Amino acid sequence: MAPSFTYPFTIGVIILFGVLIYKAVKWYAGFTKYDKIRIRKGFFTRKTLKSIKESFNDGLLHVSIFRRNPMLGYMHMSLAFGWFLLIIVGHLESVITMGTFRFPFYYAVFLRYFNPLSVHPFSSEIFKHVMDFLLLFVLSGVSLAYFKRINKRLFGMKRTTKLKVPDKMALTSLWFIFPLRLFAESISAGIKHNGGFLTQPLGDFLVSILNVYTWEYPVWFAYSLSLGVFFVFLTSSRYAHIPTEILYIFLRNYGIKLKKKYNTYTNVQVYSCSRCGMCLDICQLNDANIHTQSVYLIKRIRNHNLTDDVLFNCLLCGKCQQACPVHIDINDLRITQRIESTRQYNSSYDYLEEMEAISSKVVYFAGCMSHLTPGIVQAMKKIFAHSGTSYWFMDEDKAPCCGRPLMQAGQYDAAMKLIETNRKAIYDSGATQLITSCPICYKVFKEDYHLKNIQVLHHTQFILKLIEKGKIPAMPTGNSFVYHDPCDLGRGSNIYEQPREILRKYGTLIPIRKEKENALCCGGSLANIKIDMTERDAIKKHALDMYFGYKPDMLVTACPLCKKTFTRNNIYPIFDIAEIVAATITQSACRKVCEVAEVENML
Amino acid sequence: MNKSIVVIGAGVAGIEVASILADMGYNVFIIEKNKNIGGNVAFWHHLFPNNRSAAEVREYMNQKIKVPNITLFPNTEVTDISQKKNVYVVRTNKDATFEVGAVLIATGFTPFDARRKEEYGYGIYDNVITSVDLEKKLERGENITTTQGMAPKRIAFVHCVGSRDAKVGHTYCSKVCCITGVKQAIEMSKMFPDAEMYCFYMDLRMHGLEYERFYKDAQENYNTQFIRGRVSEVSENKDKSIQLKAEDTLSGLPLKMKVDLLVLLVGMEQGKDSDKLCDILHLHKTPENFIQPQDPHLQGNVSSRQGVFIAGTCIQPMTINETMQNARSAALEINHYLLHL
Repeated sequence: MAPSFTYPFTIGVIILFGVLIYKAVKWYAGFTKYDKIRIRKGFFTRKTLKSIKESFNDGLLHVSIFRRNPMLGYMHMSLAFGWFLLIIVGHLESVITMGTFRFPFYYAVFLRYFNPLSVHPFSSEIFKHVMDFLLLFVLSGVSLAYFKRINKRLFGMKRTTKLKVPDKMALTSLWFIFPLRLFAESISAGIKHNGGFLTQPLGDFLVSILNVYTWEYPVWFAYSLSLGVFFVFLTSSRYAHIPTEILYIFLRNYGIKLKKKYNTYTNVQVYSCSRCGMCLDICQLNDANIHTQSVYLIKRIRNHNLTDDVLFNCLLCGKCQQACPVHIDINDLRITQRIESTRQYNSSYDYLEEMEAISSKVVYFAGCMSHLTPGIVQAMKKIFAHSGTSYWFMDEDKAPCCGRPLMQAGQYDAAMKLIETNRKAIYDSGATQLITSCPICYKVFKEDYHLKNIQVLHHTQFILKLIEKGKIPAMPTGNSFVYHDPCDLGRGSNIYEQPREILRKYGTLIPIRKEKENALCCGGSLANIKIDMTERDAIKKHALDMYFGYKPDMLVTACPLCKKTFTRNNIYPIFDIAEIVAATITQSACRKVCEVAEVENML
Repeated sequence: MNKSIVVIGAGVAGIEVASILADMGYNVFIIEKNKNIGGNVAFWHHLFPNNRSAAEVREYMNQKIKVPNITLFPNTEVTDISQKKNVYVVRTNKDATFEVGAVLIATGFTPFDARRKEEYGYGIYDNVITSVDLEKKLERGENITTTQGMAPKRIAFVHCVGSRDAKVGHTYCSKVCCITGVKQAIEMSKMFPDAEMYCFYMDLRMHGLEYERFYKDAQENYNTQFIRGRVSEVSENKDKSIQLKAEDTLSGLPLKMKVDLLVLLVGMEQGKDSDKLCDILHLHKTPENFIQPQDPHLQGNVSSRQGVFIAGTCIQPMTINETMQNARSAALEINHYLLHL
């Protein structure tokens, strides 16, 4: 018969595993047929090994957090990895001490209380010091956690999330677990002399000030109770991320992706959020004093109290996704949720006319935003002409929008109508290349059009190819540039190098602190339909101040929307990369003309 | 009592204030950054509502400053202003120093830079010009043609370029562009009687007594059509004519139109001159970036700083006659201040 102080722990573990098994079965059942096949087929492949490695790195060692903030990383690592080792080494110790595997599962947790006679006294001697060391390791993390509550700025964080009742219960019990373990083991060490380098001296001290015999049982009970309470509240608190995150890593590696509808996988991602708050301070909406960051979104999805103000007030710039230590697909999650929350209007879409495609190998789709920045379209025409590229300018006169703004706004059906109309015209042209000047269009062409045998290129990729083939001259202009990565081109489509390579040929490219994955958003994003102009201005101003702090001759971007957003104030020289390239074409063409004129004069 | 005053800006407001104060016996120093006086009127051709020549107004201004106690400092900019009790010490980039009892800011406005609305193609397409360009051309006596040297057959005017547009940070109405558009449409129609004129507007703000008559006249006698709706996109055809897309919001239909010349009716904004003075003197500004009067009803010419006065379009968009009246009230305000010091 087990001592009664073990009951809270045992009950907690049973409830925890009951809930976990229930959820696992429910979630598995929620997967589509194809996803189930993906899981089954993926299981006996290298993907599983990769997942185990990732689980170790991210779930236990917290490498991603370490990279961002070593102090915060250490805190998470000491708690997760330390506790993990305590469990593993603790069970190992029990096995070696007892010389058998046949003992109740709670035995290892309360080993110092039971104090069995060791069959390997020498190993036990080592184990107790190792276990003390691990306890100290975890306790160092716990004390940092206490400290973080008091002073979060030390951990490089300005804001953390607010807690709900289950979170508070779980957090409080978690805070008590390890100090109580230290207290309980020390008391037992004082009585039974079985402590290590930490618990033994503390136990001896406690013997001198307390009646340890009356304290021993209640303290062990309190330890058991804190464990039990933590386990009971784990699944309903943010600590649900501990088991879910591991599951998520495996599912992700098996190739499961978010759909445009809320499903099990969305749930897995939502529950994987540990609310670490990494997405809070990095968010540029802070510049405009808006607090709708991803952690709040995910929390509200989980608690079923999501509002449109939180859901739609986001630039979808993807910075938080980059910062997320759990690698949650935050942008797609938000878009899925927008689709779920938006009424799909039953429009006839009569206005969508079938386009008469012109047969051409190259199709150019400038995009709505490029039509609002005609300098870019003009530059592209010049580049096409000079390189001798014949092309069909698909949206020169009229063409539907690419569909991505509607998609971002949650109007999935409407977006699909546009996509179908455009796709048909693109196929009808017989094109092998589709070139766009707009990263917003580029992303949707790449991801949602499923264009077979057609290469989709952003104009930076296209221009670089032309330069490499010698079809347009790359001439140093003597200018220095700062390059602004557009969100949908950089983080969204992973195109960082092509624009930089082009710019290096035309002048000096100044390296800056926040670039590539960490690049700023211009603030003009179409994805945010709740933000007002003044708030956008605040975001834009921060970005411009940062860029022009480097004193470049000009700021260069590769997105018409970024250009348009930045040029509203007209304080600084801002160009699209195509304009930089086209300007030198004019100069070189002009030089030819001038030379001809000179020759004519000489004759 | 220090009987000297520095007036910054020799436009309509600055000159009017200077001449009245000079009449009252004050010594006035006018500091003007440009070579010529007249501010924005210096290059204007005809003025609404009666199409009188702007040259007449300039002549009036020239006469007004020809008095012994007004000294004009052209090509000069203020670099610093400091205060010693009730005396202001004004320094310029020509190393001149003025110790005066009061300072008047009459730095006027800067026309909106239409390149900021890139969708209209200003600076990109040759046949897109601004209302200011049109006045300059007319004033220089140039022929109004397309860049191909043809007489325009169809001219479109876009209202509210840089006004009432949160996207460029200007939520206010510039007040003069609507009627300027009507005036220029009539002028163009007189010049090209067979040509069609189109004005694209959001609202027509015909606030002056005669403006409504002018507006009606344009429609009835000068081939001018008013279309309610903003121009959304502008592109260039192969023959360099301009293709524009807009929505006629009264009929609810999108429209496309080919025009030979596109005129952008640019609004008013505060330039770096008034920004600089506000920084030097720590003056309050309105959210629209104009200089804030102490009290909009009772002290419209008093800045947030004692002894510093404001007049004309550095306070808000005004027509020329409003600027005149505003300048006169500023002169009285300054006189009152100096007498009771």
